[in-house]
Amino acid sequence: MKIDNTLPLEYSTEQNRMNVLGFWIFLGAEVMLFATLFATYFTLAHRTGNGPSGAEIFEIAPVLIETFLLLTSSFTIGLGVHAMRLGRKNAMIAFFAVTLLLGLAFLGVEIYEFTHYVHIGAGLQTSAFTAILLTTLGTHGAHVTLGLFWGLFIILQVKKRGLTPETANKSFIFSLYWHFLDVVWIFIFSFVYLKGMM
Amino acid sequence: MDYFDRFAIPHPSPAIYASMVAIGLTVVAIIFGLTYFKKWGYLWREWLTTVDHKRIGIMYLISALIMLFRGGVDAIMMRAQTAVPDNKLLDAQHYNEVFTTHGVVMIIFMAMPFIYALMNVVVPLQIGARDVAFPRLNALSFWLFFMGAMLFNISFVIGGSPDAGWTSYFPLAGNDFSQSVGTNYYMLSIQIAGIGTLISGINFTTTIFKMRAPGMTLMKMPMFTWTALITNAIVLFAFPVLTIALLLGTMDRLFGTNFFTMTNGGMDMLWANLFWVWGHPEVYILILPAFGIYSEVISTFSRRNLYGYKSMVGSIVIISFFSFLVWTHHFFTMGQGPLTNSIFSITTMAIAIPTGIKIFNWLLTMRKGSIKFTVPMLYSVGFIPIFTIGGVTGVMLGMASADYQYHNTMFLVAHFHYTIIPGVVFAMIAGLTYWWPKMFGFMLNERIGKWAFWFIAIGFNVTFFPMFFTGLDGQARRMYTYSEATGFGPLNMLSFAGAIVLMIGFALIVYNVYYSTRYASRNISADPWNARTLEWATHSPVPSYNFAITPQVNSIEALWDHKKKGQPLFSGPIEKIHMPNNSGVPFIMSCIFFVWGFSFVFSMWIPAIITTIGIFVCMAHRSFEKDDGYYISVKEIEDTEKECEVQSR
Amino acid sequence: MKTKLAFYSLVISIFAVLAGCEPVMVLDPKGPQAETTANVIWISIATMAFVVVVVFGMMAYIVFKYRASRQSPDYEPPHIEGNHLVESIIVGIPVLIIIFLSIVTVKSTYEVEATPKGYEDQKPLIVYASSSDWKWHFSYPEENIETVNYLYIPTDRPIEFRLYSYGPITSFWIPQLGGQKYAMSDMVTKLHLAATVPGEYMGRNANFSGKGFAENIFEVKAMPESEFDKWVEDVKSTAAPLSEEKFKELLEPGHLGQMTFSGTHLKFLPPPEGEHGGHNH
Repeated sequence: MKIDNTLPLEYSTEQNRMNVLGFWIFLGAEVMLFATLFATYFTLAHRTGNGPSGAEIFEIAPVLIETFLLLTSSFTIGLGVHAMRLGRKNAMIAFFAVTLLLGLAFLGVEIYEFTHYVHIGAGLQTSAFTAILLTTLGTHGAHVTLGLFWGLFIILQVKKRGLTPETANKSFIFSLYWHFLDVVWIFIFSFVYLKGMM
Repeated sequence: MDYFDRFAIPHPSPAIYASMVAIGLTVVAIIFGLTYFKKWGYLWREWLTTVDHKRIGIMYLISALIMLFRGGVDAIMMRAQTAVPDNKLLDAQHYNEVFTTHGVVMIIFMAMPFIYALMNVVVPLQIGARDVAFPRLNALSFWLFFMGAMLFNISFVIGGSPDAGWTSYFPLAGNDFSQSVGTNYYMLSIQIAGIGTLISGINFTTTIFKMRAPGMTLMKMPMFTWTALITNAIVLFAFPVLTIALLLGTMDRLFGTNFFTMTNGGMDMLWANLFWVWGHPEVYILILPAFGIYSEVISTFSRRNLYGYKSMVGSIVIISFFSFLVWTHHFFTMGQGPLTNSIFSITTMAIAIPTGIKIFNWLLTMRKGSIKFTVPMLYSVGFIPIFTIGGVTGVMLGMASADYQYHNTMFLVAHFHYTIIPGVVFAMIAGLTYWWPKMFGFMLNERIGKWAFWFIAIGFNVTFFPMFFTGLDGQARRMYTYSEATGFGPLNMLSFAGAIVLMIGFALIVYNVYYSTRYASRNISADPWNARTLEWATHSPVPSYNFAITPQVNSIEALWDHKKKGQPLFSGPIEKIHMPNNSGVPFIMSCIFFVWGFSFVFSMWIPAIITTIGIFVCMAHRSFEKDDGYYISVKEIEDTEKECEVQSR
Repeated sequence: MKTKLAFYSLVISIFAVLAGCEPVMVLDPKGPQAETTANVIWISIATMAFVVVVVFGMMAYIVFKYRASRQSPDYEPPHIEGNHLVESIIVGIPVLIIIFLSIVTVKSTYEVEATPKGYEDQKPLIVYASSSDWKWHFSYPEENIETVNYLYIPTDRPIEFRLYSYGPITSFWIPQLGGQKYAMSDMVTKLHLAATVPGEYMGRNANFSGKGFAENIFEVKAMPESEFDKWVEDVKSTAAPLSEEKFKELLEPGHLGQMTFSGTHLKFLPPPEGEHGGHNH
């Protein structure tokens, strides 16, 4: 492997550059995935059958907490990547760990939110609206869950192997993934919750 | 015993029992053969764990040919059933299963692997690369596709085949009207194969963007690579839509949600929309690589450069863009009103313009050329008139008001076979014959190949041309039978006769493979067709590292200009080459996916959970694994090169 | 190639003869809507025949003229990048064709989606046509009668079909009177037809709907208005009333022969139209 030292570590080999491009392309496909979910959501948002509508079940408090947690985690992972570029391994691990903790807290609130919906009679089978609501949120939540494990593995690898072109590349790609989830959440926040509550 | 009842076939028949026995015997024979000839290790080391794009391509090819056989048997059964009025050969249920599996198998499990077979073999060679960008993911793509295909194919012996049509419209495909597990198979097997395809899309896009030989700018890429790039870009945008559609469909069937049901706000038209937002681009995913193949073949055998290279590139880009804007034409009759229908009519017909450009460019490529009618060229020349009929009937179908009369009739069936068979199947056979020496190191017999072409071309027209007329006469598609009074009988009989001729043509291709494997000369040069692009600059068959020295490209037809103008292609010393290691994980992970899909089909939650964990364990393993690949030394490369040169002498 | 062209012309002439003997249904219209579509189809066939002739002609000429076997062995094909004039022609002519066909399409699509031409000032006969596995129910709300699997209509009067389904998506189709339209479970779609010639026509569901799909057909009989009115009176006085239980029984999957009732199911099972039906997005 030829290592090009003029570039940041995560871009330093040919394979690394391909990995980053490949991951951007993957994110393009993910955009389509969530776009389809959103389109379906907008189509079904008013088809509530005998179930409740969005305005009846949405609560602002947990949603704001979730938004705050996820936005902050996006910031901390940015700091983590910055630390990585400076070669400060421990600072980077610390920021990544904070990110994952925030993500975990987000997931906790989301699980609370889900049980709440089911509790008040807005379960998966209630109506087309509740089904697509829970599916959209659930798809995002599943992405966050996967991200938690992935991030954990990366922390372990950086700890053990240090900052190599390989681990730096993985960490950087993970940060792209995490920012992407944040962007999706902003859309969910604006077009599912805010629009639904208005 | 109740537990096992679910695996029983809801509508058994002697044919299905016979298939069960045949499948059992085949499996036993394979296991016995592998053990007897001590080939397990070979199979594992050289094939199941391989990450070599050429071998993966060959495995795609074998799967596609097996699936072509499966889909072809379905087709013959359909034509036989409808050959005479009031036929009792198949009952309605069987006929419904047969046309459903025919559609799914041909599109998803035959055409898709066929194009990926050729892309895998050819694209890295055409751009002068060592392999694809992510060889390990490439193996995963193949095995996911393969396991999806296997899952779909066991449906007819375990639990029952899907029977709601390849479009699987809800609510017909919902729990109320399709109670057997057939549609579960449809949802899950296509989902698994679809994930594989999506990964391929990422892989090939990255490969083409990043791994081109020095000097090969985008506008110097061979046409097949261009079509591969655009095709994979469409895959990236279209397949996630399918993923979601199938997810929602699966949830409706397994978890009682109300996305497409008739109650609680469910919306049956939504499935049709999502399906075709994927389904129409899918058509172009199939046809664009075919256009690429024709461009290569026509230019090679006319001994001329491709006419209008830039307009060819422009037209495929325009086609790919429009492919996302026409999906509504699959259901003009849904009542969305004349305005919407008019708009989608115009976008649909507009696609004819870039397609027409391509047809004329191929004709103008042949003009002033020196045309040699080899087998690949025969298919390419045969493609032009037949596909023109398919194309013009497509424009006719695109006219909304007239479509109200063509929709759901045999006219439509005739039209899409007139596009898909010359557009995809002819291209695949042409590409197969053309690149066969590159894959296997010998050529297919031309004489048998030409016979096969005439059987296929004539059989095809006899089969499908009558359908234009029965369609206009009111024969709806998917009818398992009709009364004598309708008068559809004679033309359907003609179709059946054509189908037999078509079948003989395909049998001849199989015979050709057998014959050529036994008798063809192994002493062929790197460039047996006198071709123009880079894949012909390395040996046939290709060594594992593809090119000993990375080629230097200065023009669109790098090899041709090297041969004719003496432009340097390989310069510099041989260096050691970095190669990826083989891995069993893609295969194992896909096997787990198979069990995962099977568990979901039958709602067996414990194995479903275990296999889900298994899949994530495989991913975790990949995350922690350190795999730096290995190097082929200069000496080894020099030895291989010498050996190849001796062989081809 | 010659054999191939010969083959094509043979096939085409065979079918031309066949089609000449007994015109195919879609091209044998018995009402204004079907006539419009038949004309559109003929226009498109003629236009497309021109395209086919040009492509086939060009191909035959080129393939014949530039065969390697006709050339001297040292012939070296030239390198030609392209030609702006030629490329403008191969873009321009298709564009003109598509513009022409687009105008035809838009005009005719609006025509067949509206009340048939020349019938605008007449009050249409309203017929609710609903499908269930695998039957058609025809309700005449103003006449207050209902039939199963057969449809009587008056000639020279516009008919407004309101379509919906008690099951899978079906497609209502009477080829000789006009094109199809889907019947779906959660909305009502409208189809405007009219018959000018009295006679019996084939009607069917054209969209695959499961096991009994092939036999999901109905008989259409068009007759002069006076005869139609007499039939309505007959039905009213002789046919049994349609009860809710009876209708539920009819909805069970299966095939039924032709049936006649007085009263319609619209009262106890209203169709999915109005505020609670239709597209809700």
